[in-house]
Amino acid sequence: MPAHRAATRRDISRADSAAAEAAHTAEARAEAATRNARSLLRRDTGRRKFLGYLVAAPTLVVAAELTRQSVFGAPTANALGLPSPPQTPEVYDLLDALRDSMRPTAHLVRVEVRKDGTVHFALPRSDNGQGIITSTKMIIAEEMDLELDQVDVTLADARPELMFNQITGGSSTTFTTYTAIRVAAAIARGRLLDAAAALLEQDKGTLTSRAGLITGLNGRSLPFGELTEAAASPVDEVVEVVLKDRKDFRVIGTPQTKTDARDIVTGRKKFTTDLKIPGALPTIICRAPDLNGTPAGIDNLDEVRSMPGVTDVAVVPTGIAVRAKTFGQCIEAARAMQVRWKAGTVAGEDDESILAKLRRAELPLAVPAVAGDVLERSFTFYFRSNSALETNCAIADVRDGKAEIWAPLKNPIVAQQDIAKRLGLPSSAVTVHVVQGGGSFGRRLFHDAALEAAQVSKAMGKPVKLMWTRADDSRQGRVHPMATSRVRAVVAADSVLSFEQRHTSVATDFGHGFGEAVTSAAAKAPGGQLGVAATIFELTQVTPYDFGVSTRLLNEVEFGFNTGSMRNVYSPDVATARELMVDQIAAKLGKDPYEFRTATVKYDRWRAVLDRAAEEANWGKSMPAGTAQGIAMHIEYKGASACVVEIDCRDETVNRPIREGVTGPRVTRVTFVVDVGLVINPRGVEAQMMGGINDALAMTLTSSLHLVDGHFVEASWDNYFYTRQWNTPPEMNIVVIEDSPSDEPGGAGEFGVAATCGAVACAYARATGKVPDYFPINHKDPFPFEPKPLVPPIPPAPTNGLDFIY
Amino acid sequence: MPEHRLTINGQQVTVDVDDDVRLLWVIRDILGITGPKYGCGINVCKACTSHINGRAFNPCSVRVCDVSEDDEITTIEGLADGDELHPMQQAWIDHDVAQCGYCQPGQIMAAVAKVRQCAEEGRDVDDAAIEEIRNICRCGTYNRIRAAIKAGAANM
Repeated sequence: MPAHRAATRRDISRADSAAAEAAHTAEARAEAATRNARSLLRRDTGRRKFLGYLVAAPTLVVAAELTRQSVFGAPTANALGLPSPPQTPEVYDLLDALRDSMRPTAHLVRVEVRKDGTVHFALPRSDNGQGIITSTKMIIAEEMDLELDQVDVTLADARPELMFNQITGGSSTTFTTYTAIRVAAAIARGRLLDAAAALLEQDKGTLTSRAGLITGLNGRSLPFGELTEAAASPVDEVVEVVLKDRKDFRVIGTPQTKTDARDIVTGRKKFTTDLKIPGALPTIICRAPDLNGTPAGIDNLDEVRSMPGVTDVAVVPTGIAVRAKTFGQCIEAARAMQVRWKAGTVAGEDDESILAKLRRAELPLAVPAVAGDVLERSFTFYFRSNSALETNCAIADVRDGKAEIWAPLKNPIVAQQDIAKRLGLPSSAVTVHVVQGGGSFGRRLFHDAALEAAQVSKAMGKPVKLMWTRADDSRQGRVHPMATSRVRAVVAADSVLSFEQRHTSVATDFGHGFGEAVTSAAAKAPGGQLGVAATIFELTQVTPYDFGVSTRLLNEVEFGFNTGSMRNVYSPDVATARELMVDQIAAKLGKDPYEFRTATVKYDRWRAVLDRAAEEANWGKSMPAGTAQGIAMHIEYKGASACVVEIDCRDETVNRPIREGVTGPRVTRVTFVVDVGLVINPRGVEAQMMGGINDALAMTLTSSLHLVDGHFVEASWDNYFYTRQWNTPPEMNIVVIEDSPSDEPGGAGEFGVAATCGAVACAYARATGKVPDYFPINHKDPFPFEPKPLVPPIPPAPTNGLDFIY
Repeated sequence: MPEHRLTINGQQVTVDVDDDVRLLWVIRDILGITGPKYGCGINVCKACTSHINGRAFNPCSVRVCDVSEDDEITTIEGLADGDELHPMQQAWIDHDVAQCGYCQPGQIMAAVAKVRQCAEEGRDVDDAAIEEIRNICRCGTYNRIRAAIKAGAANM
C-alpha cells in the first residue's frame, strides 16, 4: 500500500515548508528544494507490486488508485557554468502537485469488462482534441492485450465524490492517470485468466491472452465477454498486481491515429450544439458594449418577442437572452434589442492605463552584490484571446427542481456545485454531462456558458441550447493576461553570476477549482504556503541554465478581466523574455547562442534535446540578410524541449498581400525536439507539438487583443489574427525522443508553445538587429481592419456568400 | 411562412422558414445536418464550408431564398459515396489530421474544392494554392492539412 510512502513524502514536505516559511526568499526555497531532491532521489524506484480493488458487481469491475511509480529525474549535474541550485520544479512540479491532490480518491476510477467482450472506462477528464481518449484506450489495450477497438473510453459525467480528480489541466492527464488505469487493467486481465484457467481446467501459466481471447494449450479458447461474470467478485477486495514490463509493450509507444478520426471526417462527431436534446432550442445572449457590462433594462421587449422564430426573451445577469427556432433568428433578435447597459468591470481603461498600473506593481530586481556587467531588459506582453473555434456553449434543462447540463467542461465538479448553488438546488439535483469540446487551450476550465445556460433555462422554464457568438467569445471571453517580464543578469568575464526574472501580470483567474486542487497539494511542496498563482508559477517555471544566483518571481494585479490559464499559462511569455536575454548575454560574452546554451544547460537530459535540435536544424548555417535562425529551450511537464526556427523578415515577405489577413515576418522552418518521458502515442505527441508551434507563431508575431475604452476591439477571426495557412511554416520537423531516460509519461498538450515563442523572438531579433520590447510584434501597428460596432454586439450576417465560391 | 425547396446531399427537402434566414441555420437547426459548423457567422472562419454545385461556399452568408432546388448543396455528410470515403477524407485519416475536429468538415470540403479548382485552371496543388485556403484551425493542424491535401489530390 502506498500509504507509508505518502506519509514519508508529507513528512519531508512539512519540514521543507517550515524551512521555507522561516525565510521567504527564493534562495531559501532553492536550498529546501536541494534537500528535498536528495531525499527523493535516494528512494527505491525499482519494479514493484501495485494494489487495486476488485469491486463487487455482477461482471468484472476493477478499480485502482494513483500511486507514485518513480521520482522524476536523477539528472547528471552540469560540469560547466556557475551552478544554480535546483529550482522547485526540478524536484516537485505542477504535475506532482496535481497527482498528489488526486491521490485520495482515485480508487474510484474503474475498468469494467462487459458481456460483449469490450472493456469500458469512463475517463474523468475532458478531451478537446488533445487525444486522451485515444491514448487511454492504448494504455488499457496494452495491459489487457486488446485491440484499440475493443476498448470503449467515454468521458465521465461530473462525479463530486472524485473531488479533485476530475480536472483536465496543466497537461496532467496522462501523468496522473497512467498508473491507475494500468493497475486496474492488469488486475482485470489477471482475474480473467484465473476464470479461464478454472473453466478450461488448465494452469494459468499455460494460457495466452490476445485480442480479448484467452487460449489454452489444447487450443480451446474463451472470450473476455464469456468470462466476465465468472471473473467478477462478490465482495470488494484488495488485490496485488505486477504491471507489464516496458520491454513487452506492443501498443504503448506505437503511432496510433485518433480513434474518432473517421467520425470527424464524415461529420458524425457530435459537439455540444450538434446534440439533439428535446426542446433545447437555439439561444444566445445580447451582451454589453463594455467588458462585463450588465443589463439595466430592455426597451422593446414586446417587439423582440414577436420577431420571427422567437419563443422567449429573458433578462439574465450577463445580458438579454433570446431563444428561437434557429440561431440565425436569435442573432436577428439580439441585433434588434434596445438595451440600457451598466458600465463594465474595466470601464474607461485601455492598454496604456493597464500597463501603467502593472508597472507600478513590478517587484524590484535585487541590487547585485557581485561585481560584473549588468544586462537588463523589460518586455511587455499584450492580451491574447483564449477563444477556441467552437465558441462557449452548453445545453441546459432546468425544470421541476432539477437541472441537466451538457457542455465541454474540464472541471465539471466545480460546474455542478456552482450551478447548484446559483440555482438554489442541491448538487445531487444537478447532472452534468461532459461533451467533447471543439478545442480548449484552457478555456473549458471555466463553466461560464454552462452557468448562463442554466440561468436562462430556469428563467424561461424551458430547455435551451446556448451558444456564444464569435463576437461574444472574442470580446467577452477569457484572455491570456497582459504581463511584463523583466530580466536582469550580471555577467563576469566568462560566466553569468546572477539571473533574475520578475514577471508582473494581470491576475490569472484560477477560480475554477484547479487552483484549489493545486494549492491543497502544493502546500506540501518546497516553498510552502504561497498563493495559487504564485504556487503555479513556482511549480512550473525553470531557468534551465547554470546562471549563478537565479530567481523567478511573480506578482499579479487583480483588475476585473476574464482571464484564464491559456495553453502553457505563464511559460510562453516567461520563456520569450528569458531566451531573448540569454541571446543578449551570449552576445556580450562573444558566444554563439547555441554554444552558450549547451555549455550552461544544467542537465544532460536537457542538453540532449538542445543538441538534437541544433543538429537537426543545421544550426549556424549561412542565411541571407533579413533572415535568421533562432534557438530556445524550455523545461516543464517532466520533460525538456528545444526549438530552432528560421524566420524571413525581408520586405517582400513581410508585406505580401493577403485579403483580410496579416502576413508579417514568415517563420519558414521549425525544428522542435521534445522529450516527454515515456511516449504513449508518438503521433499524438507530434500533433500536440504542431499545435503548440502554430500557437507560438500567433502569440509572438500576429495575434493580440486591444483594450480600448473598457472593451476589447477584436470581434472575430478577421480582427484577431491566429495563425493561418499563409503564416504556418512550410517546413516543420518535430522530433519526439523515444528513448527518454524517464520511464513515466510527462505532459505534452502545452509543451510546444514556450520554446517556440522563445526561438521565434530570438530569430526575429537576429534577423532585424532589433530586440522587440513588446509582443506580439505587430501590436502597435495600425488596425488592418475596420473595428466592428459595439451596439448591436453581433455583426450582421453577410448575404453575399455566393460571390466567393470556388 | 415561405416554403423553400432545397436539394441537400442528393435529397429534396422542403422547409418553412423566412426568406432571409441564412442557409447554415436551415441546414443545422431545421434539417439537423450538423457537419457544417458555426465559428463566426460572417464568412471568415470557414468552418461551415460546404459545396454548391461542386464548388466551395459558406452557408452562413447565403440566404435560404438565394438558392433553389436546382442547386446541389453538399455538406460533409454527403461527400462520401456510401461507406466509400472520398479520397480527401481517407487522406485526412491517413495523416491523422484532426485534433478536436471542429473545423475539419469545413477544411475537407475546402480542400476538395481547391483541388478541383486547381485542376480546372491547370495549376498544381502546391503550397501557394493551399495558402489560398482561409479556413481556420485553432488546434493548429495546418501542416498535416497540407500533407493530406497533397495526398488526397493525388487520388482524386
